[in-house]
Amino acid sequence: MLAAIGAPSIEALFDEIPPHLRVQSLDELPAGLSEFEVMQLMSARARQDGRPLCFIGAGAYEHHIPAAVWSTITRGEFYSAYTPYQAEASQGTLQSIYEYQSMMASLTGMQVSNASLYDGATAVAEACLMAVRANRRSRAARILLPRSLHPHYRAVTLTTTLNQGLAFDTLAYARDAGQVTPEALAAHDRQNFTALVIQQPNFFGILEDVDALTDWAHAREALVIAVVNPISLAVLKPPGEWGASGADIVVGDGQPLGCPLSSGGPYFGFMTTRMQHVRQMPGRIVGGTVDADGRPGFSLTLQAREQHIRRAKATSNICTNQGLLMMAGTLYLSLMGAEGLARVAAASMARTEELVRALSAINGVRRVFARPGFHEAVLALERPVAPVLAALAERGIQGGLDLAGYYPELGAALLVCATETKSSADIDAYARALAETLRAARAA
Amino acid sequence: MSEIPPDLKYTRSHEWLKTLPDGMVEIGISDHAQQTLGDLVFVELPEPGRNLAAGEACAVVESVKAASDIYAPIAATVVAVNAQLAETPELINQDPYGRGWIMRLRPSTPAADSGLLSARDYQLLAAQG
Repeated sequence: MLAAIGAPSIEALFDEIPPHLRVQSLDELPAGLSEFEVMQLMSARARQDGRPLCFIGAGAYEHHIPAAVWSTITRGEFYSAYTPYQAEASQGTLQSIYEYQSMMASLTGMQVSNASLYDGATAVAEACLMAVRANRRSRAARILLPRSLHPHYRAVTLTTTLNQGLAFDTLAYARDAGQVTPEALAAHDRQNFTALVIQQPNFFGILEDVDALTDWAHAREALVIAVVNPISLAVLKPPGEWGASGADIVVGDGQPLGCPLSSGGPYFGFMTTRMQHVRQMPGRIVGGTVDADGRPGFSLTLQAREQHIRRAKATSNICTNQGLLMMAGTLYLSLMGAEGLARVAAASMARTEELVRALSAINGVRRVFARPGFHEAVLALERPVAPVLAALAERGIQGGLDLAGYYPELGAALLVCATETKSSADIDAYARALAETLRAARAA
Repeated sequence: MSEIPPDLKYTRSHEWLKTLPDGMVEIGISDHAQQTLGDLVFVELPEPGRNLAAGEACAVVESVKAASDIYAPIAATVVAVNAQLAETPELINQDPYGRGWIMRLRPSTPAADSGLLSARDYQLLAAQG
């Protein structure tokens, strides 16, 4: 092949790339393994996880997934997730994406959805870049990020936008309420900014005053980027109805919809918006259309935003959607229906309330924020969290997320979550184990 | 063969300019440009009041097969945009020098049109493809 194209060597093909930018050696990569060896290795790793009782939320939530979800999407027609360029050969996949988009638009109260993004964190980053393109009244390229937004989402947003000329300001949360208050907004009152990000519920599980925040941002000609848990929308007001005019861009992680925890991924991100911003939206969009004979069909649409047409000026270089995981979300939503989703949300809230009551009754444990929340809460412990979690893990309980590294100002703080998958017996088991662990530590 | 009115000025990036009696400059894309792009489906317009540097990308025309930036031919302020293009971008295909105008600009400096092409020069450029 080299002879056919007149190249002397493989190396010569890469001449354009300066030597210092090339990986010089791949010595650190181990030699290949056989299928059998890989199965052994991965099974051994999977066994290390065990089957702990998991009370960690923090962005990924354990929900019951109807068996029909994964038995359906492992069918050959769905299992290959590659982008369906050829409409004539991909009507099934295209229709499933179209149904997904319709459900997400409806759930978030928006007019249009893309075909999914990588995950919640990258979706927030994409939404910030999109807001800068869409808000042409603001030339500031400055985004207000609440400190109560998921710390990984903040970190990924800063990394993704590092060389894109965006500026970020941090919006403080009230230490007693765990939410953004009018006093925190006042510090930014005179500043020109492009968009305000609002996470609902926020990272602490607390409900923000989304109506007041939305109106405050809109009064300053800033766009509102809503970051939401899709399950919570079964019981909370959709972002499209926040404040007087609703949020402008809605993003989040789709994991709660039919995706197993899987040690952290893959999940999928979602993004919806108003029709007026659709051309600034990244990612694939499937539209309904008619064929030459007038029969209904589906195809990728508005592709002039995308990199294969707009090249360097594309809205984003994200063009592969998370097809398989998005499909799981679509099947989950269609199997649960509006009523099923509302029951999952209500049960998760009730279980979390039960958990927080049980744990905060223990000597040395108290609830930090006395505000309404969804299905997570922050607890303060009388001693550092990490050794307590380690002791619980030895008893088969993942007791929550230690907030020390993320929010040192909260001291020994633990973020806990219970969904509909936790029974009263599970909650009792956790409460007993925590009480004993703290008692033992006090005695030591 | 595309139409190139002799009384207009042109740019290498296929915009045309018409100086209006009140000193404003009207901008659009040439007949050659609209033919090359094909059926237009969307035009993104700048906000009136925006200040533009010469050569700054300030609008986008999108066809079924491509999207192209429109560049400000001169340093200027946007005073008006053709709002009809939001609903009927095909006006650019139908009447590129008339109802398909894109925006009107107030030049930042008088006689700032050096470097623009005459109809004859633009004809040579368009003929090259």
